Amino acid sequence: MPKVVYGGQSYESAGKSVLECLTAQGVSIPSSCHSGLCQTCMMRAVSGAVPAKAQAGLKDALVAQNYFLACTCYPEQDIEAVLAADGLDKQQAMVTKVEYLNADILGIRLKPSQPFEYRAGQFINFFKDADTVRCYSLASVPGIDDELSLHVRKVPGGQVSGWMFESLKAGDAITISEAAGDCFYLAGKPEQNILLVGTGSGLAPLYGIIRDALRNGHKGKISLYHGSYNTEGLYLVDELRKLAQAHANFSYVPCVSEGAAPQGYAYGMVLDVALEGHPDLSGWRVFLCGNPDMVKAAQQQTFLAGASMGEIFADPFG
Amino acid sequence: MSLYDEIGGEAAINAAVDVFYRKVLKDDRIKHYFDGLDMVKQAAKQKAFLTLALGGPNNYTGEDMRKGHAHLKGLNDSHFDAVMENLGATLTELNVPGHLIAQAAAIAESTRKDVLNR
Ligand SMILES: Cc1cc2nc3c(=O)[nH]c(=O)nc-3n(C[C@H](O)[C@H](O)[C@H](O)COP(=O)(O)OP(=O)(O)OC[C@H]3O[C@@H](n4cnc5c(N)ncnc54)[C@H](O)[C@@H]3O)c2cc1C
Ligand code: HEM
Ligand code: FES
Repeated sequence: MPKVVYGGQSYESAGKSVLECLTAQGVSIPSSCHSGLCQTCMMRAVSGAVPAKAQAGLKDALVAQNYFLACTCYPEQDIEAVLAADGLDKQQAMVTKVEYLNADILGIRLKPSQPFEYRAGQFINFFKDADTVRCYSLASVPGIDDELSLHVRKVPGGQVSGWMFESLKAGDAITISEAAGDCFYLAGKPEQNILLVGTGSGLAPLYGIIRDALRNGHKGKISLYHGSYNTEGLYLVDELRKLAQAHANFSYVPCVSEGAAPQGYAYGMVLDVALEGHPDLSGWRVFLCGNPDMVKAAQQQTFLAGASMGEIFADPFG
Repeated sequence: MSLYDEIGGEAAINAAVDVFYRKVLKDDRIKHYFDGLDMVKQAAKQKAFLTLALGGPNNYTGEDMRKGHAHLKGLNDSHFDAVMENLGATLTELNVPGHLIAQAAAIAESTRKDVLNR
């Protein structure tokens, strides 16, 4: 009989679903529909094969990371599972460079001590100490960049970002988790158009995703809108303009929402500018990162503009 | 053959989710109930709704429907009717034959007491 391993304990599956098996033993796993529909009971397999049935209806990005629904998972072999949110491995990394990308955003480069697998656009947990942890998105791309890179915005009174601005320096040893999240580029639909909208350091994952898509020979349009209050809040402007010159299918619109927009910049809230440029998003893939209010509004508005729910990827930074 | 299979099973539901939820979010009578909810979770919940309404495999009970909607303040027949209308319009748009739409409407209608907590 296949076993289910969870939280260091091993349980006989005895023909039951992973959810039934664990709850019968008094382990509490959130659930609702018990029929593979609501996705409340999502878990991730850290070892063992997941039956395809248990992944029905999950986004490709989640399937690729061995997520599954506990209520429809009848294990065919031993399986070790963690709750979707838990169970990320940790490792040491060395800070190799800290630089200002603008007055409020720090670029941080890290060299992991062990081989580090990730997809451009995912995030890591960054440990200030054992109990103080924050998520930061990866701006680097495997296969292009040797090191990991982060863009961290200074949050007033911020425990972790404040500490980074004050005292993080090259040579420091820190702890990070493995990469997680489903906001990344999946090859396979090279003709699909892609819209990316970000505010502030929300550019970090988008910068990775764009370069990953281009590296994969993406053929459809790749259209980036990056917004801040004023031009000083933007960064990587020259790099992105150069990238747009080198790739006919990539376009870059920096947006400012206060004062007047100088030449080469659009004026307005970044989401409004993006939707004005692309009123019909049927068939598009959409990436949204940064300010949580912007991201929430953008999820709804890009969906109403025609993007399919399964094609909208978002990381609200809060 | 069940209504669910006749309509086209899971593939049909997947096609219906976007169409249905776009209608709901544009419907001034009910959209406030969905404002600010996590869109990704909603995709799954709307799928659950449609599977249930189309007689597909599910384990929801009347009690679940009561609990699942109890927190929606002021929910009444007019909101329920709006959802029914959006369901019908969605299936029409997807070219589901009229007699099957009527069957789906009857299943959804049967949850009224529970959804409205009477
Ligand atoms: C998936 C994910 C990816 C992320 N990626 C990035 C990234 O690439 N770059 C980046 O800079 N940040 C990113 N964040 C945000 C980051 O994890 C922290 O929340 C942020 O750095 C603040 O942490 P802190 O310890 O400095 O502030 P805290 O000490 O946690 O907060 C201090 C005060 O600021 C408020 N606050 C917290 N966050 C914000 C915010 N974002 N804006 C305004 N006020 C805030 C708090 O409510 C509190 O009052 C990401 C978050 C998530 C969930
Ligand atoms: C027509 C009959 C209806 C059926 C069969 C139905 C069915 C469902 C189902 C199966 C869920 C998912 C529950 C879960 O597993 O979490 C759900 C959630 C929900 N329903 Fe309904 N529903 C109906 C009517 C309505 C009406 C009239 C409204 C309000 C206008 C409504 C608003 C909601 C909301 C807001 C949620 C999500 C709650 C959350 O995410 O917290 N439903 N419904
Ligand atoms: S409990 Fe709803 S998908 Fe498992």
